[in-house]
Order: sequence, then C-alpha cells, then structure tokens
Amino acid sequence: MNDVRCVINITDLSVEELDKLMDLADDIIADPVKYSEKCKGKKLATLFFEPSTRTRLSFESAMMELGGNVLGFSTADSSSAAKGESVSDTIRTVGCYADIIAMRHPKEGAPTVASLKTTVPIINAGDGGHYHPTQTLTDLLTIRRERGAIGDFTIGLCGDLQFGRTVHSLIYALLRYENIKYVLISPDELRVPDYVRDELNEAGVEWKEVERMEDVMPELDILYMTRVQRERFFNEEDYIRLKDSYILDMDKLKTAKSDLSILHPLPRVNEISVTVDDDPRACYFRQVLNGKYIRMALILTLLGLGQKGEDR
Amino acid sequence: MNVDGVNNGIVLDHIQAGKSMEIYRILRLDKLTCSVAVIQNAVSEKYGKKDIIKIDENIDINLDVLGYIDPNITVNRVIDGKLSKKEHLELPEVVTDIIKCKNPRCITSVEQEIVHKFRLADREKRIYRCIYCDAEHK
Ligand SMILES: [Zn+2]
Repeated sequence: MNDVRCVINITDLSVEELDKLMDLADDIIADPVKYSEKCKGKKLATLFFEPSTRTRLSFESAMMELGGNVLGFSTADSSSAAKGESVSDTIRTVGCYADIIAMRHPKEGAPTVASLKTTVPIINAGDGGHYHPTQTLTDLLTIRRERGAIGDFTIGLCGDLQFGRTVHSLIYALLRYENIKYVLISPDELRVPDYVRDELNEAGVEWKEVERMEDVMPELDILYMTRVQRERFFNEEDYIRLKDSYILDMDKLKTAKSDLSILHPLPRVNEISVTVDDDPRACYFRQVLNGKYIRMALILTLLGLGQKGEDR
Repeated sequence: MNVDGVNNGIVLDHIQAGKSMEIYRILRLDKLTCSVAVIQNAVSEKYGKKDIIKIDENIDINLDVLGYIDPNITVNRVIDGKLSKKEHLELPEVVTDIIKCKNPRCITSVEQEIVHKFRLADREKRIYRCIYCDAEHK
C-alpha cells in the first residue's frame, strides 16, 4: 500500500475536505492573480489513455493558471500503453517527471491500480463509466455558488439514470448534506439501479421517481440534465412517446421557478434547446468555468499548496 | 470431537457436505506426505451432513481462504492426540488471489499481473466487491 494522497472517487474526500476545496475555489475566483504563480516550477502530467479533450483542457488550463507546466499524452496510441506497458509502470515512470498526475483510462479501476504504486498524487479524470470525481466536484461547486449552500433544496435529476454514473456520483455526494429532496426523472426502463435506490432509502431522504419533467417542474430548485440516448429505449413506441419529455426548452420552463438552476455536465446534444442558453437560469457554461477553478483548488491541495488567504 | 488418527495436526470440522474436495485442492493437501483423511457425508447433529478433513501434521493454514470458502468450518488443533484449541472462522475482510473479477470492463481483464483482490462489502449478504472496479463477485 501507499500513503500518497490520491483522489479516485468523490467519497475519498470528507465533507470537511469538500468544503475546504470549495472555499479555496471561491477564493481563487475572487482573486485569481494571488494564485497565478503558486505552482511555478511544478508539473502536471495529463495521462489520457482514452481521449477526452474537454476534461484534459480543463486540467491543463487549471495548471497553467497556477503558473505550472503540463506534459502528457491525449490518446493511448501515442503512449507506452500501446506497447503493452502496465499502468503501474507508466505511473512510476511519469512520477519521475511530474509532481502530480491527472489520469483518464477506459478500464474501471485503473486509477486505483495506479494509486497503489505511485510516488506523486493522482487525480482520477475518469475511469470508464466508473468514477469521475472532478465532475462531481464541479457540480457541487456550481450548486454551492448558485444556491449559496449545499442543502435546503429540491433537485431534479433527469435523463438516463441507469447508466448515468455522473448522476449516481452526484447523489452519493449530496447524500452527505442535509435537507435535500430528490426527484428522479427518467423513462421507466432507465431508472436508477437498485444499489442507488438502496442508498437513498438507507439515508432516509425524501425522493421520488417520475417519467415526465413537465409534471414536477414547479417543485424544482435545481434541474440536473443528462442525455437519453435513443438506443437506450427498449422500443420505438416508448421513444416516440417520451423523447420530448427529456428535452428542455423554454416552453417547459414556463412553469419553473424563477431562480431555478439548470446544470448539465456537457457535452450536450439536443437535450437542452439552445434557446435556453441565454436564460439566466442556465448555469451549464458557468459550470464549465467552475470545473477549472475546482481543479485548480484540487491541484493546489494535493500539492500541499492549498493554504488560502496569504499574499503573494 | 473425534480426533482419532491425528496425533499432532489439524481437524477441519463442520465443512459443508460436498465441499471437502474443493478445500483439499485449495489448501494443496495433495502436496503433503503425512496422512490426510477426507470424510464425506458424516452425520452432524447441527447440520445434518458434513465433511471432515483430518491432517496429521501442524501445517500453516490460510484461515482467510478457509473462512471465505465456508465460514462455518471449525479448525481443531490436536497435540499429542488431544484437542488443544478450537478456532471458529469468519468471513475475511479482504480476499486476495482466490477469486477473480469477472467484469470485462475492469482493469484486471487487460492486465494479467494485477493481484485480484476483493473486500467484504456486506457481511450479512456475503457480498464481496473488487477493490478496483467495485463489481460484485457472483
Ligand atoms: Zn474488477
């Protein structure tokens, strides 16, 4: 085993640590100049064994804004993995060149394997459909900045809730906060899996499942949208009957609260009409920006440079 | 407890009927030179039928492996023909290299050298999950 601090899953971070990270992100947003040279001389390696351009760019721009440098690869075929090198060996090698690693891998559990042998902190930037903690951190920071606090709201989670791990991870993270109601909006065949349902029941929170967004819109304080892929529907009939229920447009927003926060992990296809983009309730582009700031906070914290409030 | 035939060794009692050969194989008892007796379908007051394995040598036994296969087994240590210690097993917190992860999306499916490891996620339901991908072992 190994005592280098890594973040593989959102639950690796305690609520106190989450709060500290978000406080730090808020401080960075308030005064980015103060942090612009914090990581001078430090290097972030982005090891992307599968491509994910927006996640990689978010990490790289985060490090650059901290005054650090970046190196790495963006697909497996340009890396040693293509030659059959193990994840452990790659990580140990890269640990000789970089101070911190952000890694994405198509196989579930690859970052855990890496974390057992690493000499530098690792951030999981997504392992298959398994974990993606910095997306959840981004979601939490966005909720906190939009609402003022995490708690005392009703959140609607809409789309493919069976395979949508982003949603599962967000639910797990939110279950540690008080007074949140959950409305799960999905087609019948794409409801959350039993293990998520068990967690909700065990936590004793208020939650319900509905098939149509329209039916619950006035109740929601936050609407977290994800995509429903056509091929996920069992039959064409259901698809035709329900497809419009999973597309958010201005018409559906008519019954929504005036201070609703609309989130989406992006990229979107057509599940949010572009006409919604200019509505002040649309938070998803601010969410992208928050993703960069929370990654800055995470990099600083894992490098032991996370003390806020001091001057340059 | 009948320890006949064992002077200094181990009697594995209360093995679920039919499981003795699996345990024989996993503990590699075929490699021993001492006498080993496998008794199948013995009558048990508690469980109806049970298997028993008697080993006439104080070998090292991985109790985690045994506990994973069958936590109801009792391990009786025999010294000078007498029962000296009775140990009860329990499900181990971690099992290493006994079972394999079957999730095709797991990193262990592409990297052969990784040690397959599972942690006990639910003692009551006997659920073990892969420490890498969290898939439940079935
Ligand atoms: Zn696995």
